[in-house]
Amino acid sequence: MTEPAFPRLDPVGLDGLLIRFADSLSEPANRAALAFRGAVDRETWDGVEETATSLVSTFLRFDPLATPLDALADKARHLLATRDWYAADLPQGRRLLRIPTVYGTELAPQLDEAAQAAGMSPDDAVKDLSGARTRVTTIGFAPGQPYLGTLPEAWNIPRQTALTPRVPVGALVVAIRQFVLFSVTTPTGWRHVGQTHARLFRPDSDDPFLLRPGDEVAFPEVSRETFENMRGQGKDGIEVTPL
Amino acid sequence: MSLHVLSCGPGVTIQDPGRPGFLAQGLSRGGAADRLALAEGAALLGQAVGAALEMAGMGGRLRFDRAARIALSGAPMRASLDGQALRWNASHSLPEGSTLEIGGASKGVYGYLSVGGGFALPMRLGAQGAHLAAGLGRVLEVGDSLPLGDDPGGPTGLCLPEDDRFGGGTLRVLPSLQTGLYPDAERQRFEAETFTRDTRGNRMGVRLRPEGAGFGLEQGQTILSEVITPGDIQIPGDGAPYVLLSECQTTGGYPRIGTVLPCDLPRVAQAGPGAALRFRFVTRTEALEAETKHRARIAGLAKAAQPLIRDPADLPDLLSYTLISGVTAGEELS
Repeated sequence: MTEPAFPRLDPVGLDGLLIRFADSLSEPANRAALAFRGAVDRETWDGVEETATSLVSTFLRFDPLATPLDALADKARHLLATRDWYAADLPQGRRLLRIPTVYGTELAPQLDEAAQAAGMSPDDAVKDLSGARTRVTTIGFAPGQPYLGTLPEAWNIPRQTALTPRVPVGALVVAIRQFVLFSVTTPTGWRHVGQTHARLFRPDSDDPFLLRPGDEVAFPEVSRETFENMRGQGKDGIEVTPL
Repeated sequence: MSLHVLSCGPGVTIQDPGRPGFLAQGLSRGGAADRLALAEGAALLGQAVGAALEMAGMGGRLRFDRAARIALSGAPMRASLDGQALRWNASHSLPEGSTLEIGGASKGVYGYLSVGGGFALPMRLGAQGAHLAAGLGRVLEVGDSLPLGDDPGGPTGLCLPEDDRFGGGTLRVLPSLQTGLYPDAERQRFEAETFTRDTRGNRMGVRLRPEGAGFGLEQGQTILSEVITPGDIQIPGDGAPYVLLSECQTTGGYPRIGTVLPCDLPRVAQAGPGAALRFRFVTRTEALEAETKHRARIAGLAKAAQPLIRDPADLPDLLSYTLISGVTAGEELS
């Protein structure tokens, strides 16, 4: 009998072990990755120094001199065999965050272009995007920065071939049925369709990271005037509700 | 009691071993670009590894408003104390009110200034160092004052032998997630090629220019974004390898042809623009042996530090130097 393709274990450099649950983004594989990381964290394995998840994988960083890779991989295989991880529940303590967003205008200049790529009018695009309830599939690339999915099929639009040189902190960008909300000022190949006041990484706060994997996020539309008033009052307007 | 920045180069930051534990939140560990140099500075002062000043390319003029013990390590830079030249890769005693001048690097990139007792800076997310890519902390500017930590005292006048990691060389690599997607011939070409360190490079990573064709991958655009680890050799669209360093992003979707061993990362960081670098794939067994050796070297630094032999002719005023230090009444030792 051949080994199933997934979950698949691979070393990452000298001190990492990656457990991949799929080779493309899917909801069950995303849940599996989150649940498996949670289980490893609860078991507090000797030699494991840090754990993390990407879209559909769990990453374990370990001390390769204290714990041989094979021993850790055996332990991981053993835990994998204990249940159907693809059927796992989402993490506990999830929340719904509603983040006020200005769509279009010079604050988010690529709305029209993105709407065209999705084959709809700008008004319909705003309706679609502001009505979508998305989930944080992973946090990564930059501190606190979420990847959010999954948008309706019409939003399976490619990344731009050229990079937008700079989008500001709080920019909401879209491509391949996902949003990214930017935590740093950065160049990007994704299209900038909305702007928020969200600050995803607040290093001096007791709770430095706004979002966690599994949280649900909506981006309701606000007028430019409301948005500017929030800025004037130093507010981000974000509502947080436990799920 | 502080260190005052009278002038400084454009890339001077506080750095330490970094902030492990935030990978899941998208924050890479960061920390000193050359961790070996950080350990050398600590060994020269007989203290635990902590925060030091990391100076990219050049240092600056720094004034101490109290007596201090310092160590200079990493990329060799011209250093002087009130006009008197100071040995690099060595520790020194500075009288109160000294002005230390640290110029450009003669080779390598990152020089380090460690201070006895470290810095009394607040911990942010468990560390004192700057993570520039995350907007955590910033480069030092003229007029900054860094509060000094209490120094319980310890050795000075020690030096370590010079190392060869400041001019490029061969980097040992392990396979990475996409290594298997490269045909054998491409992997062999990758090992045969001599790369030049590009001018583009910072604490996040350095770009290398191949002599010949790039190392792009046909399937390069369809790879799922996956976890990144420092040392990963990413191949973006232009085919020129980009070796990721301590302040790298935490995930990425470019193909990775290999991963540089952690113990060879100081060599990557210290390769200045124009330096020649080569790659050699090693087995996991070789990599583990190299890591074991590297850790033993770090653990042995304090023992390897030797007293500086001073030429009395270099000392203009012998009486101004404390030639005997560490004298105690003896009770502390009982």
